[in-house]
Amino acid sequence: MTEEKTHHPEPSYLEDTGKYKGLMAWLTSTDHKRIGLMYMYAMMVFFGVGVLLGIIMRLELFFPGQQFYGPQMYNGIFTIHGIIMIFTVVIPGLAAVFGNFSMPIMIGAKDVAFPRLNLFSFYLYVLGAAIALASQFMGNGPPDTGWTFYAPYSIQTHTNVVAAVFGAFVLGFSSILTGLNFIVTMHRMRAPGMTFFKMPLFPWSLYATAWIQVLATPIVGITLLMIIAERWLRIGFFDPSLGGDPVLYQHLFWIYSHPAVYIMILPAMGVITEIVPTFAQKKVFGYKAIAISSLAIALVGYFVWAHHMYTSGMSSTARWVFSLLTFLVAVPSAIKVFNWVATMYKGSISVKPPFLFALGFIFLFMIGGMTGLSLGALATNIHVHDTAYVVAHFHYIVFGGVGFAFFAAVYYWYPKMYGRMYNFKMANWSCVFLFAGFNLLYFPQFIIGIMGMPRRYFDYLPQFAFGHQLSFFGGLLLSIGFIIMLITLFSKKGAKAPDNPWGGSTFEWRVPSPPPLENFDVMPEMGVNEEPYDYK
Amino acid sequence: MHTETVHITPYRTHAWVLITLLALTFVTITVTWIDLSALTVAIALLIASVKAYIVLTYFMHLKFESSLFRVFVIMVLAIYVLVILFTLSDYLFR
Repeated sequence: MTEEKTHHPEPSYLEDTGKYKGLMAWLTSTDHKRIGLMYMYAMMVFFGVGVLLGIIMRLELFFPGQQFYGPQMYNGIFTIHGIIMIFTVVIPGLAAVFGNFSMPIMIGAKDVAFPRLNLFSFYLYVLGAAIALASQFMGNGPPDTGWTFYAPYSIQTHTNVVAAVFGAFVLGFSSILTGLNFIVTMHRMRAPGMTFFKMPLFPWSLYATAWIQVLATPIVGITLLMIIAERWLRIGFFDPSLGGDPVLYQHLFWIYSHPAVYIMILPAMGVITEIVPTFAQKKVFGYKAIAISSLAIALVGYFVWAHHMYTSGMSSTARWVFSLLTFLVAVPSAIKVFNWVATMYKGSISVKPPFLFALGFIFLFMIGGMTGLSLGALATNIHVHDTAYVVAHFHYIVFGGVGFAFFAAVYYWYPKMYGRMYNFKMANWSCVFLFAGFNLLYFPQFIIGIMGMPRRYFDYLPQFAFGHQLSFFGGLLLSIGFIIMLITLFSKKGAKAPDNPWGGSTFEWRVPSPPPLENFDVMPEMGVNEEPYDYK
Repeated sequence: MHTETVHITPYRTHAWVLITLLALTFVTITVTWIDLSALTVAIALLIASVKAYIVLTYFMHLKFESSLFRVFVIMVLAIYVLVILFTLSDYLFR
């Protein structure tokens, strides 16, 4: 890649505020980097709220029977915990924060293709999140359906489902517009000479993600509107008493919500694919295989939705078809894991905090992935369906996978974001607490799930108490890790960061830390023989 | 930098498209008055598909854009068809 100037005369994007000052300079900025940071701040707040709700849930489950609040409140808490964590944290997650902050620089662009639309997406995100949160305090009390809003209960309950569903609908629009923006940006704004197969692999993962965002999100949008229409107009889409089919709701919901898992995890895989070669100082193994596997996951992942519905009463033909497809999607996922390990093999590995989190990701994602296979198999699924085993499995993917990749990405790009380093020792301790806390929180759920502990139950038999108690202490450890991370990153200014603190090879490490407003002093180009991961 | 030719569709074409869409909407409403039993939904979907084709072709400029856009639209339609087929693997075999 062409060398860029390292000492930049222009002010950084943090100093270059445009015509406004202070908060207004942030709220009106169409700069992709500022929008990325605004998403990050919002998500950290939502994540903190979600964790707090999780702890309150765990506290109630510490002993069998009622401890602090009743079953109705418990139902409301696990519902809003799910809505916040899924719709406002992990679905927008890495794409909204690091897709915005890093992707345009990584492909050699000044900004995304539609900067104003990008800011509009952020405001839709804030609006949708506000409506979803407000649903807790309006109408007939917090929704109690779970984040899946399954019909016919979501049609019949008197709680405030409509507002929560509408909030999720608005959040969906934000997601669609971000996806659209990224697709156009990557098609039209890559640096001269950067063909698709010379594009770094994090943008590749965002490209696959963006297609799912654009193609799948409208389906859940219309499905959520159908719930509202059913409640208000009594049409009969899903409610059997009106002639509807509740399984149709499950199809429509999961046609989006399973690909949504790949909206979450693909950018996480992209981040890990950036971090592993940088800290192994070795060219990524199987570049094309990783790029194509992102597309393959996006494509095959679109057709596995009904593995959530094996016990719903759908036909046995559909069950084996979707089970087969579920096993197929494991192949491109495994390709990525093999490639990460092969990249590390004989590399000059430097165990800095981002790499430590990346290792944590691979370990936890593997457990999440493997336990997913036992859920994808028809016979074992029947045994563990809707048990705590499922809770453990998806937290290993969504938190162990996406969460750890998010933390890895924060530690990786933090010097570029703020132009400052952080305390490595503290960062490593945050990783230790998060990793240990996470496993103590969720691994016992696998065990009590196999023993028969149902998910979403307020009360339970005494033999499950020890598992729940371990989980509670795991939740506390994990929260301590999160607090250490916040202190490490935001309590005091670290030493000034060099332009390329990790020895990275992609474009963002060729610009100053923090970058100027339009990223590049001289627009970069890629030569015919250049590659995205060249550590010579 | 990209050099692009901008195609401007004449108002007359837009007017014809609008009239065609309105006429097809009228046909959609009219067929609901006729008892075609199982064919009612099929005919409504057929008319809606024709309308979508016209909107994509003229209003959304697919006719005048590079073939890449058409490839993407065909891919999207293929995914849509597959989703319907996989859903039918439940409904046809229950």
